[in-house]
Amino acid sequence: MRKVLMTLAAPVGALILTLAISSLALWVFGSNPFAAYGDMVGHAAKLETQVDIWNRATPLYLSAIAASIGFRMNLFNIGVEGQYLIAALVAAQVGGLVSLPQVLHIAVVFLVAMAVGGAWAGLAGLLNVTRGVNVVISTIMLNFIAVSGFMAWWVQAWQADLREGETLSSTNLGTTPIEDSGVLPDITGWVEVFTGDIRENNPVSGMLVVALLVGIGYYVLLNRTTFGFDLRSSGMNPFAARAGGVPPKRMIIMAMILSGAIAGLIGLVEVFEISKFRPNQIQGLGFGGIAVALLGRNSPVGMAFAALLFAFLDISSGILQQTGTASQEIVKIMQGIVLLAAVVAYEVARRFRERDEARETAEALAEGVAK
Amino acid sequence: MATAIELEGITKRFPGVIANDNVNLTVEKGEIHAICGENGAGKSTLMKILYGMQAADEGTMKVHGELVEFASPIDAIERGIGMVHQHFMLADNLTVLENVILGAEPIMSGGRIDFSSATERLTTVANEYGLNVDVNELVETLEVGQRQRVEIIKVLYRGADILILDEPTAVLVPQEVEALFENMRELKAAGATILFIDHKLDEVLEISDSITVLRRGKTIATMPNEGVTAHDLAELMVGSELPTPETSKSTVTDQVALEIHDLAVLDQDRRPVIENINLKIHKGEIVGIAGVEGNGQGELVDAIIGTAKAAVGTINLLGQDITDASVRHRRESGVGYVPEDRHHEGLLLGSPLWENAALGHQTQAPYGTRWFINRAGARQQTELIREQFDVRTPNIDVSAHALSGGNQQKLIIGRELTANPTLLIAAHPTRGIDVGAQAAVWDQLREARADGLATLLVSADLDELIGLSDVLIVMLRGVFVARLDPADVTPRDLGAYMTGAATQVQGAA
Repeated sequence: MRKVLMTLAAPVGALILTLAISSLALWVFGSNPFAAYGDMVGHAAKLETQVDIWNRATPLYLSAIAASIGFRMNLFNIGVEGQYLIAALVAAQVGGLVSLPQVLHIAVVFLVAMAVGGAWAGLAGLLNVTRGVNVVISTIMLNFIAVSGFMAWWVQAWQADLREGETLSSTNLGTTPIEDSGVLPDITGWVEVFTGDIRENNPVSGMLVVALLVGIGYYVLLNRTTFGFDLRSSGMNPFAARAGGVPPKRMIIMAMILSGAIAGLIGLVEVFEISKFRPNQIQGLGFGGIAVALLGRNSPVGMAFAALLFAFLDISSGILQQTGTASQEIVKIMQGIVLLAAVVAYEVARRFRERDEARETAEALAEGVAK
Repeated sequence: MATAIELEGITKRFPGVIANDNVNLTVEKGEIHAICGENGAGKSTLMKILYGMQAADEGTMKVHGELVEFASPIDAIERGIGMVHQHFMLADNLTVLENVILGAEPIMSGGRIDFSSATERLTTVANEYGLNVDVNELVETLEVGQRQRVEIIKVLYRGADILILDEPTAVLVPQEVEALFENMRELKAAGATILFIDHKLDEVLEISDSITVLRRGKTIATMPNEGVTAHDLAELMVGSELPTPETSKSTVTDQVALEIHDLAVLDQDRRPVIENINLKIHKGEIVGIAGVEGNGQGELVDAIIGTAKAAVGTINLLGQDITDASVRHRRESGVGYVPEDRHHEGLLLGSPLWENAALGHQTQAPYGTRWFINRAGARQQTELIREQFDVRTPNIDVSAHALSGGNQQKLIIGRELTANPTLLIAAHPTRGIDVGAQAAVWDQLREARADGLATLLVSADLDELIGLSDVLIVMLRGVFVARLDPADVTPRDLGAYMTGAATQVQGAA
């Protein structure tokens, strides 16, 4: 009972703390916090907003899992951002150039995305084990190379073929469009069974299913496989792991490749939505994922809730701007506050738990002596 | 005689445990006072309270008859109390002088350090107490005993006349212990009061004037040295008979488990840290490696477990060449490992006990396979270890850091022995654990030996080495310098080989 309460205490405490500080922030900026919350909740009650939230939570969740694979090993893969953008760009272009039967075509897009993301991240792992380059530094550098370098250049080079007399415009900008056979279908039809009609221009991304599968896979990998055990051991104590037979260098490279491969999936949500990669593809999901992973404490379920919360806040910025009850930037502030509140609340909970454990162990010890 | 320190009714509680329970301690001025007790008896906590590192929950402290309260070590130092920690706190890249004045630098105008007056003061202090050191030597070039002397000088330089030495002999070889005791006597002659913590009863009896015994946080007795025997003390400490590490009869077989031929390991600068290592360990045999720490024992262990690369030579396990095999392959082939520092290489402190039990064996039944972890199997096995090896814990889901050192060690020994290894590398298997747990570990090693386990025992505890080993090998500067029969060697002889005085000293002794 006490254990259940303690598990719940941290997230509930974090939520209360967040609401309190956010209200204060809103009030200081001259907005009515209750009006703002009312607008946000009212907006989120609408079905199409919910679809938007799910579609935003999906890439955030994938991004969080990608980041957390590294975190579990104390590898700070800050490069999810670059990995997903370059992966989506290359995968969209390859998908647009080939013509294959549906299943195969979709598989090619997925494989290319994961391979490119994995390779880009693996490069940082390789630099680390061969040259001792810090992963944080190399992944940040690789972000710049990917985003400002390759992406800027390839988007120019890989523009869709323009028809006679056509000039570049926002409608045709981007990589060669992927034929329908290469696009993962949306799951609006399935969702409508439960929710009723969803507007036609607002489909539920099929990547949601992929994200759920990745979440389950992440859980199984980490908790049920030897590889996952090795990964967590290395993160907990690399020296003990090495003495326990875990090859440290191979683990670093494998973890980075896996992290990057999952990161490669992030950009596919948007690629499948519009059948191509466009230069103004949504950015920042990689960094958002790091925050979601921290908030969700690297747990597959925790990160799912965290992704939904961050998606809700992201989507709420629109309505605040529309109604004018508060500045839309407040959602960014709230994302920051919730993260800090969670860190504090979980640290407090951890100390309580450790104290409990110490007491129980001391009791067990005393019993043993008494015997 | 006046009292230097008077502690009355000191009580310190930590969550779930009482570290000090109404402790009384009186130390006369100018005496050497030993504090003994098992691990976890509350000695360190008491010293930390006295040195202002922790505040007592209850009780009063008097220094030189005056009631004091310390908020931090700074207050303690002001009152003339200084502490030399077990782990030295010296900057290797600074000289002796720089280390001593660090944090208490005499400043001249313009913010410059007044090195000449510092040197003068240091020399005066050192001479007064009969401690010689070269003030301009780099600390990294000093030996352990000399470093300890620097620590003591550091404390004296700050004006201390009451010294707390936390297990000062733990890191020293017998000859260095002698030198330390000589220094302590001179300090005493110069009027200093010394409080020191020690496990080794013969040392306590040799040097101290009075002895206080703590057991489970309580003062059991304070007595003058005269007429006390080691056996009396041990009984006060543990409340029972003292365990003896006597291995009964030889169980050595003619089957070679480990064979090392001409092994060498290089350091980063490609210089050999161990070389010309030839070693055979038979099934049912315990080979003890003695030596001052840092003479290549660690590298030998690393080379056998596979975390250090053999530059030359071969390592065979049951006739199979494992010289270039991975750590995992060696583990799976039956190499068990009890690391020197359980927190560094032995445990995942934040993980539950059952995961700690699986560590090193995660690819093997019952913990798992090449691909998957068998949670049920691992948990069952951990319960078995808990029972057989008397690991005292409320359940197997608590994190490893919740356990006491002795229980952590029992878990490690248990996980290695229940895996039925061919060869066990046991590096300091009873370091830092209490006498009860030590006896249990010794019994388990003996039992495993009787069942045909080949064991490489590296230890700094000479009683352990002599009591358990079938053969003793002394390592010095990366090579084997002596091969001895533990039946007719004394700790003193061994110490001579360990410090390189080898044959002459043995003849003299």
